[in-house]
Amino acid sequence: MTMSVAQQIITVAMVVLGTMLTRFLPFILFPSGKPTPKYIQYLGKVLPSAVLGLLVIYCFKDVNLLSGSHGVPELIAVAVVAALHFWKRQMLLSMAGGTIVYMLLVQLVF
Amino acid sequence: MKKRDQVWDAFLAAVPYTIPIFAGFLFLGIAYGIYMNSLGFSAVYPILMSLFIFAGSMEFVAANLLLAGFNPMNALFLTLMVNARHLFYGLSMLDRYKGTGKKKFYLIYGLCDESFSINYTVDAPKEIDKGWFMFFVTLLNQLYWVMGAAIGGVFGSLVQFNTEGLEFVMTALFVVIFIEQWMKEKKHHSALAGLGLSAVSLMIFGGSDFIIPAMMAILGVLSVLRKPLEKMEAAA
Repeated sequence: MTMSVAQQIITVAMVVLGTMLTRFLPFILFPSGKPTPKYIQYLGKVLPSAVLGLLVIYCFKDVNLLSGSHGVPELIAVAVVAALHFWKRQMLLSMAGGTIVYMLLVQLVF
Repeated sequence: MKKRDQVWDAFLAAVPYTIPIFAGFLFLGIAYGIYMNSLGFSAVYPILMSLFIFAGSMEFVAANLLLAGFNPMNALFLTLMVNARHLFYGLSMLDRYKGTGKKKFYLIYGLCDESFSINYTVDAPKEIDKGWFMFFVTLLNQLYWVMGAAIGGVFGSLVQFNTEGLEFVMTALFVVIFIEQWMKEKKHHSALAGLGLSAVSLMIFGGSDFIIPAMMAILGVLSVLRKPLEKMEAAA
């Protein structure tokens, strides 16, 4: 390892600082004591659904459609999760079902 | 009700919602600990990093930063890029975190993907204190993550059974939460915009660079849609 312990601590501290900036900034810019601008209130209402969509896509960031298994096991497993959830609407069941199917697919089939 | 009972009740109410995260984080945390172990770091590193950074994907990136040359500014900017999505979580939680007192600091500190998605979508039962409920969801999530990282860091080299694909449990969680939110809302403009724009952005920019353009596209489209959406709201 090329870095000294002090340099390592500074590097990790920078990562902590960066992470905390992204988490605290909205609360610093729009403190709860002052009225939040209407536009920001609107964003606070509509953003969550969009962000949850972004998070779903984020999980597929390392999937390559053009090579390997072409994202087929991921698509099948997501379909299983969605189907189970629309059918029974039991969070743990949907998650366990999809994950087991995914593990079987990547370990045995693809 | 006495304060202690109130806190304890909130804790008990929070536990069941965090069980899926328990499975996912324990596994991912162990994977992270093993990864650090394989790079030659002692268990102290994954434990302290999971405790202080508490942002899963960034901790994997940070491991590589520690192996590269010393460049703190690069570390800072890379972190801002990878974690920019937290800005949207904050904007979404401005209202929910109101009136939570001193706990608010920790709620913001621990605002990871999983804590955001549970605390945004789950309404604590009526008689339960909302602030304490969200506090314990966040705290339990972090506890699972640090525990996993510690186990992986200490026993990393001993794991034998084939865990390939177990990481899908996190994807499954987000898909379920997305569907729950979908069933709750009447209009799907925002959900569809988030899904579609992120997918297009991923195809254009690739896995490591798509988040910022996706966020800007989402912000742009939702801003353009503000007038018509508010009109529909008023008409409904």
